[in-house]
Amino acid sequence: MRHLRAWLSRFKGLFFKDARERELAAELETHLQMHVDDNIRAGMSPQEARRVAVMKLGGVEQTKEAYRDRATIPFLESVVQDLRFTLRQLRKNPAFTVTATTTVALGIGASVAIFAFVDAALIKPLPYQNPSRLLFVTETTPDIPRAVLSYPDYLDWKSLNRVFAAMDVYTQRGYVVSTSAGMEMVDGARVSDGFFRTLGVGPLLGRDFYRGEDLPDAPRTVILSYASWQKRFGGRQDIVGQPITLNELPHTIVGVLPQNFHFAPVEQAEFWTTLHPAGSCDLRRSCHFLNGIARLKDDVSQEAALADVTRIAKDLEAQYPDSNRNQGATVGPLADVIVGDVKPTLLLLLGGAGLLLLIACINVASLLVVRSETRRRELSVRRALGATRARLVRQFVIEGVVIVAVGSTVGLLSSHWMMQILSGLIPKDMMAGMPYLDDLRLSSRVLMFALGIAGFAALLFSVTPALRLSTLDIRDGITEGARGTAGRVWKRIGSKLVIVELTTAMVLLVGAGLLGKSFYRLLQVGAGFETKHLITMRVRAPRSAYGEYEPAVKLGRNVVNDVRSLPGVTSVALASTLPLTFNGNTEWIRFVGRAYNGEHNEVNQRGVSSDYFATLQAKLLRGRTFTDSEDATKPNVVVINQTLAKKYFPGEDPIGQRFGDTDLSPASIKEIIGVVDDIREGPLDSEIWPAYYYPFNQLPDFAYSVVVRTSQGEQSLIPTVAETIRRIDSRITISNQTTMTARVNDAPTVYLRRSSTWLVGGFAVVALLLGVVGLYGVIAYSVSQRTREIGVRIALGAQRGMVYRLIMREAGVLALAGIVIGTGCAILAASLMRKLLFGTPPWDVATLIAVAAVLGAAALLASFLPARRAASVDPMSALRAE
Amino acid sequence: MSKTEIWQGTLALMILKTLETLGPLHGYGIARRIEQTSGDRLCLNYGTLYPSLLKLEQEGWIVSEWGVSENNRKAKYYKLTRSGRKQLAREAQEWNQTTAIVARFFEPAGGES
Repeated sequence: MRHLRAWLSRFKGLFFKDARERELAAELETHLQMHVDDNIRAGMSPQEARRVAVMKLGGVEQTKEAYRDRATIPFLESVVQDLRFTLRQLRKNPAFTVTATTTVALGIGASVAIFAFVDAALIKPLPYQNPSRLLFVTETTPDIPRAVLSYPDYLDWKSLNRVFAAMDVYTQRGYVVSTSAGMEMVDGARVSDGFFRTLGVGPLLGRDFYRGEDLPDAPRTVILSYASWQKRFGGRQDIVGQPITLNELPHTIVGVLPQNFHFAPVEQAEFWTTLHPAGSCDLRRSCHFLNGIARLKDDVSQEAALADVTRIAKDLEAQYPDSNRNQGATVGPLADVIVGDVKPTLLLLLGGAGLLLLIACINVASLLVVRSETRRRELSVRRALGATRARLVRQFVIEGVVIVAVGSTVGLLSSHWMMQILSGLIPKDMMAGMPYLDDLRLSSRVLMFALGIAGFAALLFSVTPALRLSTLDIRDGITEGARGTAGRVWKRIGSKLVIVELTTAMVLLVGAGLLGKSFYRLLQVGAGFETKHLITMRVRAPRSAYGEYEPAVKLGRNVVNDVRSLPGVTSVALASTLPLTFNGNTEWIRFVGRAYNGEHNEVNQRGVSSDYFATLQAKLLRGRTFTDSEDATKPNVVVINQTLAKKYFPGEDPIGQRFGDTDLSPASIKEIIGVVDDIREGPLDSEIWPAYYYPFNQLPDFAYSVVVRTSQGEQSLIPTVAETIRRIDSRITISNQTTMTARVNDAPTVYLRRSSTWLVGGFAVVALLLGVVGLYGVIAYSVSQRTREIGVRIALGAQRGMVYRLIMREAGVLALAGIVIGTGCAILAASLMRKLLFGTPPWDVATLIAVAAVLGAAALLASFLPARRAASVDPMSALRAE
Repeated sequence: MSKTEIWQGTLALMILKTLETLGPLHGYGIARRIEQTSGDRLCLNYGTLYPSLLKLEQEGWIVSEWGVSENNRKAKYYKLTRSGRKQLAREAQEWNQTTAIVARFFEPAGGES
């Protein structure tokens, strides 16, 4: 306690120095005066009296010195001195200061911003209990590595497994709710009774689902998400027990989920209901629609779990050869399905930002080395006056720390801002699938990361120039002329740093080039139809009114006719599933008149209205498309895509051929009347699956997507189209109103590629700039050091061209080294990001050559300027200057 | 503990004792008094007094304040605080104990038998 007090007061002593000095001087003066008075009284002469008094005191300056040591903390005081000196130096040299701190801020800002995304998505633990023990569990098929479970399969897996403490399922489900603004379509999910218990999440209000509450005859209950509770019910405390109508069925609200709960696979589900399997699909073993999650038993590994579910799948395949043929099993960390496709992109961006940081740090480090070179004289003088080496090194350390402190403060502030911008750029639909990004902020982990890289940078900045000290010869430094050893040492360090910079720039440029090319390739991939000027929206009519055949067909015709009559609309069609969404909603088909042994011929199945192909402007290759009059009273007909024709009718004419379900039940038999060019049903980077399109009027539905072709300006027509449809029946809900162009641009595969191309491209441009500036610095410095040598050469008759060659060769060697090493590193780095490339190999020659050319040209330019200066050296003045 | 530290501690004790005996006093007065008390056997560099005074002040045993001396000179006076008084009592007791213990070692041996 006493010590602390003393230290505090000494710390305070670091300031108010002048007042203290004055006071001490006055006190000592009084002391001497009193002593002199006494001495004179004792009979000394005034001079003698003063001499004795000073001697007895032990010297005025010595006393002051001893006093000062006690008054402050000597070490800290000299640090403060160094700090003041550093600040003065930095102020005197604003160009250097601004360059260095901006470069550091840029590097730190970019990497911290990207790291914040990585932290939110990949590092921060999921908001479930012990999330590392949670797995996803699903079936596989030869075509789909992660398929979905059927309800009977789920029940068998749940009861037969020996590895899970619990297993549950979920599936996405949209709910129509009645609100003050009319009927609204809201995201929701159906889960098995133990879903939340398996995750280890308890409700904030009310209760969890009881066991057995997911069975068909249990009362219908619903748990609200926190956001839904706040938004729709104003956070009412008495919400538990309230009734609510979802999809025309009465439900009771039994609970509210905690605020931090999220589950990305069902996006922002507001209503969580139980499974209540019902209808033709839910209870059928061949109808797959459930996603499984499971909690591993203690001391069971993921491999053991995989082996166990694979065993169950094999048993079920033997037991139910019809439905379970080729149905395998797969498990993996639950985090994989939650974070999904974003992981490789985020890691790529983190790598890019890291490289940018590296190049920024090296750049500043070499600036510091150049500066320490120009300060050689100052350092030598200080050394000669008795400054210890440690003291000089400390000066560099303090300088490095100050630059990093300013740079990283600016960097942190701007990273906060960059995070806002970046997350604002993410399309809304995509953001909905990444709820973990809601909590994007400068968390303590992010700050630790920032502190870590700032520490690394400070270390680099203080060590690099301090290394130079070891080569400092005091005498050489003070005498102006001597330039020998020091210049050579700097060139060795500096040129190595430049090679690293150029290599890094090369890696980033190649990365950006490959991503850009992949992106271009992706956009070149045809969708199989014209995506411009198309409006799409999802329509859902009440089942009670349109669940039957007649009203459903009638409603479909009304929607098509009413929208088509709008001005600006050229054509309208209905589709059960829009193109460019996913491969799925499949059927297993069997061809009439062919041998069949139970194989699963899995094909996409889409119900579309008669104008569908005309509206999309898809190309009909053979036969015809169906007409509006082909309804249930006529024979079943289908149009197939080219992939189906090629796969199942190689070298045959498919027109007139017939197929049906796996039993060839008479009602399922359809005749092929046409072949269309492939329409991409899944994302742009997915494969084309075989597909068939049946007439909506032969198997109508009360929920579908509407596709509208407009002559132009589709965006402005969206509200009119929606309004027109709603006017047919006010109970119709309309959701996902958008344009096909927006769907293409905002699709995750496209968005992730576009954003990573832009970001890595931006990093690469900055890196190129920094690298070239670094090269320029080294060459310019080398020229300034060799002025005398060049002067001698010219005086002895060297041609100007030779001087150019001399300097440019020096730069060329560095650039070439950077390009060669960079090419190797770039190919290595590119093969790490192979997953993100599309139609482009990691060693894409065109990209490598283009990047090498850009880097070479930039290097040429950077060395041309100093070379010109060297060539224009006047030999007389160069020789005299020394 | 180095020699100077022991000396510093002893000097601090002497300063505190002097201030307790004489009341508020300036640095020169304290120095003279210490010399006198030692019967001029202790030859003190007056300068060493000042860092000690500063240390005692930083620790809160004494406070200082400018005043006017008997010869009408402006001088800085040091005064014992309450906690300084307590500290002095504590240190005096410790000192007595220590000297008593050390003294026993130098008593003529076997005096009792």
